[in-house]
Amino acid sequence: MSEKVLMKGNEAIAEAALKAGCKHYFGYPITPQTEIAAYMAKRMPKIGGTFLQAESEIAAINMVYGVSSAGKRVMTSSSSPGISLKSEGLSYLAGADLPALVVNVQRGGPGLGGIQPSQSDYFQATKGGGHGDFRMIVLAPASVSEMAHLTVKGFDLADKYRMTAMILADGTLGQMMEPVSMDFDVKETYEKPWATDGTKGKREKNVVNSLFLDPQTLEDKVFERYERYKKIEENETLYENYLMNDAEICIVAFGISARVSKNAIDEARKMGVKVGMIRPITLWPFPKKPFKDAVTKVKKIITVEMSMGQMIEDVKLASECKVPVELCNRTGGMIPTPEQVLQAILKANK
Amino acid sequence: MKVFEKPKSLADVPQHYCPGCTHGIVHRLIAEVIDELGIEGNTIGIAPVGCAVLAYNYFNCDMIEAAHGRAPAVATGVKRADPENNIVFAYQGDGDLASIGMAETVHAAARNENITIIFINNAIYGMTGGQMAPTSLVGQVTQTSPYGRKSEDCGYPIKVCEMLSQLEGPEFLQRVAVNSVKGVKNAKKAIKKGFQNQLDKKGFSLIEVISSCPTNWGLSPQEALKWIDEKMIPYYPLGVYKDRSAELEGENE
Repeated sequence: MSEKVLMKGNEAIAEAALKAGCKHYFGYPITPQTEIAAYMAKRMPKIGGTFLQAESEIAAINMVYGVSSAGKRVMTSSSSPGISLKSEGLSYLAGADLPALVVNVQRGGPGLGGIQPSQSDYFQATKGGGHGDFRMIVLAPASVSEMAHLTVKGFDLADKYRMTAMILADGTLGQMMEPVSMDFDVKETYEKPWATDGTKGKREKNVVNSLFLDPQTLEDKVFERYERYKKIEENETLYENYLMNDAEICIVAFGISARVSKNAIDEARKMGVKVGMIRPITLWPFPKKPFKDAVTKVKKIITVEMSMGQMIEDVKLASECKVPVELCNRTGGMIPTPEQVLQAILKANK
Repeated sequence: MKVFEKPKSLADVPQHYCPGCTHGIVHRLIAEVIDELGIEGNTIGIAPVGCAVLAYNYFNCDMIEAAHGRAPAVATGVKRADPENNIVFAYQGDGDLASIGMAETVHAAARNENITIIFINNAIYGMTGGQMAPTSLVGQVTQTSPYGRKSEDCGYPIKVCEMLSQLEGPEFLQRVAVNSVKGVKNAKKAIKKGFQNQLDKKGFSLIEVISSCPTNWGLSPQEALKWIDEKMIPYYPLGVYKDRSAELEGENE
């Protein structure tokens, strides 16, 4: 067992990024994720890396675009309103097939919303997050330890598939402290023959570009990208099944909602209610497989979300509406209590 | 003896620019400078959105296409990725640099980011068909100022070099025009200095090039060059607006 240290979720992301070999960070202050920037500001100069506070989230994501073009690991982080500003850059990163890690420590919206934790950027993260046909790999940690581990995994997946990986966390996960191990496997390094890092007179010039005026060329590009997305759906989907073997009621929740739900499930089990949980860890690709099995056994599905019900649409698709799907939710920065989830379970069990 | 040849850093492909447009001249000057400094293997160029959107096809060095106005931010990233080796230039028009990308421009200058920006000011949006630019002159007729730019409604054209010269940050700011042989020679000198500053790690250089757009100005190529002298240069005086190293040397004398 490696040594564990007590860290805030946001700091765990930052430290894990450094461990993953990320030496370039660009960001703009916004609550509740600013600890990531503060951590990077302290550490980057000491390891010969770059921390730069950009003039805006738009500039930050475009600086990411520049570093990624030049073939280096790079990240930015923000919270909901800031991610909206970054969505232009997210689309360009996708169009130019550039790897990057983007962290969204969500807060309540829309608009300026609030600064309390939320999960209401699910649509934005999983259904594109900018204009055009594209996807991002979306990773949803549910503990400080996962904040760290999924950050390392995110860099790896981004490089492997030449696309953006997003950590979709929330204000609670960002701010809470838990013991975490920073002992990671040494990751593969990826050759980047496409990078614009100067020809050095040794190769033809490279061009990083998302403009394809000929529609056939653009369609081919998009088709090729979606072939890659198919491979990701086949090989990279992650989820956790909790007490699903004999479950008659299935909770579906991710992130901090899943933590709350676990408490409620444990309570309900004590009362003899057969309830379990599917916890998606990748939100895109959404784990469809566990639902194939679940719909043959459970009589009801409840999604627990900190939004007006966004993931529920994917749950209905994955379960093909073979069992009723209900929503148990809070929004606007409110967190559902275990009691609220327990009541939803008991109601479903009637 | 060879008297004239194409610079190696300029790709041997037809360019899409209109007859009489001066983009081609400026492309050539940049390519000549890259050749003369022997930096083609380390140079990474950033193309804008605008008429020069396809500039990545025209230079024989690594090229990146940026989002509209974001070239200084992208250039910052490329430079920071490998400050010792990467020579980075951004090529931007007036809408790109002085309207949608003004924040990126000002802050790259304020940071004295060690990059070179070539700023094409032709007082109009060319690619989208001749709309009013942040640098369009008062009274100038465009598609979106059909009765002439009115200062009451649209304010006054932005003088980028003058504005940036108020900042502590930038190393070098010069405005040139490419409507005469003398002007072209002068422009090349300025562009070369802009790249040399980067090699010497002096920081941010911006060369504003007063350029023509006969198509959208509704003038013949010749008339367009004359219009630069008569209308543009009086409002946009040529010259060096900042040369920090030279100023420091002056102080030390």
